[in-house]
Amino acid sequence: MGFADQFWQLTVDGLMVGSLYAVIALGYTLVYGVLQLINFAHSEVFMLGAFGGLFAARGLLPGGSTPSGMISVGLLAAGLAVGAASGAAAAFTLERVAYRPLRRRSAPRLAYLISAIGASLFAVNLAGKEFGRQNVPVPALFTNGTVFHLFGAQVSTQTVVVFGAAVVMLVLLDRLVATTRLGQGIRAVAQDADTAVLMGVNVERVIILTFVIGGLLAGAGGFLYAMTFNASYNMGFVPGVKAFTAAVLGGIGNVRGAMLGGILLGLVESYGGYVFQASYKDVIAFLVLVGILMVRPSGLLGARLGRAA
Amino acid sequence: MITPARLRQLGVCLTLGVVAALVTGPSGDSAHPFRALRQSVIDPRIGVFLGLAVGLWVVLVAATELRPVLGRVTVTARARRPVRATFERRYGNVGLNVVLLAIAIVAPMLVSTAAQQSMVNDIGIYALLALGLNVVVGYAGLLDLGYIAFFAIGAYVAAYFSSSSAMPWHAPFILNPFFVLPIALVLAALAGVILGAPTLRLRGDYLAIVTLGFGEIIQLIANNSDEITNGPRGVFGVPHLSVDLPGIHYQWGIDPLPYYYLLLGIVVLVMIAFGRLERSRIGRAWAAIREDEIAAEATGVPTLRMKLLAFAIGASVSGFAGVLLATKQFFNPQSFSLQSSFLVVAVVIFGGMGSRLGAVTGAVVLQGLAFYLRDKVPPTDRYIYFGAVIIAMMIFRPQGLVPSRRRRREIELAGAGAGASDSLGAAPLGRTVT
Repeated sequence: MGFADQFWQLTVDGLMVGSLYAVIALGYTLVYGVLQLINFAHSEVFMLGAFGGLFAARGLLPGGSTPSGMISVGLLAAGLAVGAASGAAAAFTLERVAYRPLRRRSAPRLAYLISAIGASLFAVNLAGKEFGRQNVPVPALFTNGTVFHLFGAQVSTQTVVVFGAAVVMLVLLDRLVATTRLGQGIRAVAQDADTAVLMGVNVERVIILTFVIGGLLAGAGGFLYAMTFNASYNMGFVPGVKAFTAAVLGGIGNVRGAMLGGILLGLVESYGGYVFQASYKDVIAFLVLVGILMVRPSGLLGARLGRAA
Repeated sequence: MITPARLRQLGVCLTLGVVAALVTGPSGDSAHPFRALRQSVIDPRIGVFLGLAVGLWVVLVAATELRPVLGRVTVTARARRPVRATFERRYGNVGLNVVLLAIAIVAPMLVSTAAQQSMVNDIGIYALLALGLNVVVGYAGLLDLGYIAFFAIGAYVAAYFSSSSAMPWHAPFILNPFFVLPIALVLAALAGVILGAPTLRLRGDYLAIVTLGFGEIIQLIANNSDEITNGPRGVFGVPHLSVDLPGIHYQWGIDPLPYYYLLLGIVVLVMIAFGRLERSRIGRAWAAIREDEIAAEATGVPTLRMKLLAFAIGASVSGFAGVLLATKQFFNPQSFSLQSSFLVVAVVIFGGMGSRLGAVTGAVVLQGLAFYLRDKVPPTDRYIYFGAVIIAMMIFRPQGLVPSRRRRREIELAGAGAGASDSLGAAPLGRTVT
């Protein structure tokens, strides 16, 4: 089977993973937009969200059989909701513990990165201790089958669910940033925090809510990711770095850029993993990152959060 | 008096108690991922920790209530000491250094072999790594999260040149490991330059991510190329260091003590050398870069070249340490995991960025903590404590245990809104206007 035969299948797979990268990348991009800070521990927010969703799914699932119909939908919604809530709680705690004390003191930027690394080490290993260090599968919430064919490629229920949920979240976030009062606040802080304060924006509140929104998305994304690739204590690292790559690819601090970057990276990785070896899939993302940083560090869309949307 | 602020404080204390109960509580397994959580909640231990949390809160509240009474005392105690005379600043620490060195020489004789082993593998090697990373993070203010990759390069270079059986891929000639040291030094420095050249132009936090990626790639390649590096099975049988000169024949062996003293000698030499480097024109250029890169550039400091130099010097020390690791013991790609990189960063930060004594102290304290925890908690759990220690350090004592005077001043100044103390630029949402 050549690349041409597999092209559409790879595209479908790439779109699914890419949409998840986009969801996670938004967390990086939003926080970067308001704080000019890379939230290194975002991947742990993602991981904790996955376990939150997993907890709900395992707790609510009746018996060993695979549910169907409305029960599946309900379980999915519950998993997503609890995952999102756990992610938001984790992001909130992270901001409280690891960032806010530093912000109060206006600590040097390096301090933020280091305290994020500390938080990340803490969260990963505590999760490893609590949840064990092997993969934990998410129980099947619906019967996975082929829904339809797209140019000969099989599109499974899983893919539809993940891609659909991700796209809904992306659209909601885009609208939130573009039209709501909170979105206006986020954009104002991103443009100029000092002036935003003078205009009556509660910057502290905007920062916390930015973290919470990023956490909601990452948590729900984590649950979706775990449905396909299982949950584990260190599941956050690789998608985290890739989502960051996606955010940089699209132009960090730019909401639509993060979405575009995520989808593109998912596709590139899917094609690349087929052309080269699958075990070097992770290297591709890093090479893309280094390449982008060298050629066009401002990313594809380049604009800042303040001017975007 | 119960105010909302105090209630919040109580909440923080209770949360800390719950977290402490979780951290010290039972470990879970993946077949029942949430059992450990449930167990720790019903465990009587949680009561103890919550009690402690309430106690802590009471102490905190009492302390604030009593502050007006104690206020005068603490103010006089914290009055700033006058700046010491130049002479004293330069030579005043000699006595302290002699004492520390004496302790370092005598200490390993008093402890068990297991502890000696740990003093070499964990403390000695990490002290050396931390000294090297200190040049990058502490002096030049760049965050390198893939630092362990150079360590790996050093170790694999040693295996390549000094043994025909350790790896499937080896040099056509066999060298004494001592001759490999300079080769590894140069190759690691070269790797540092290759990695740094495209990325050092960028803002510091991008550098952190790119170096992190680099570290992962090196580990991934080492792990995936069975026919070159032996893959996950690791490298075994690199010869021990040996001196084979006319009149002197000595071979380092299984006994950790000779390695310890060798490492001690190297660490002391590196400390002296970096001390001189720090006070040289180059060291001042690094200080200028981390405090204000634009100003440094404007006053004629070749910033990119200086940053590259810091990167290369740091990398070469790491490569050097890698050779020592390879000659001492078995290693595999797992030895160069991301967590090891984080650990070195933690050591540098904990000890005090920009301080050589701090780097060594950090290695002694953190690895000592690890050694102490060794029998008490599962080895992987140590990183929970490390993570907590790093965050606590950043919140309560960002300058580290043994800060360099300049660094401490920079952090104070940055807090007051003047300049920055790393090359990542000013604080996010700080009061600085740039």
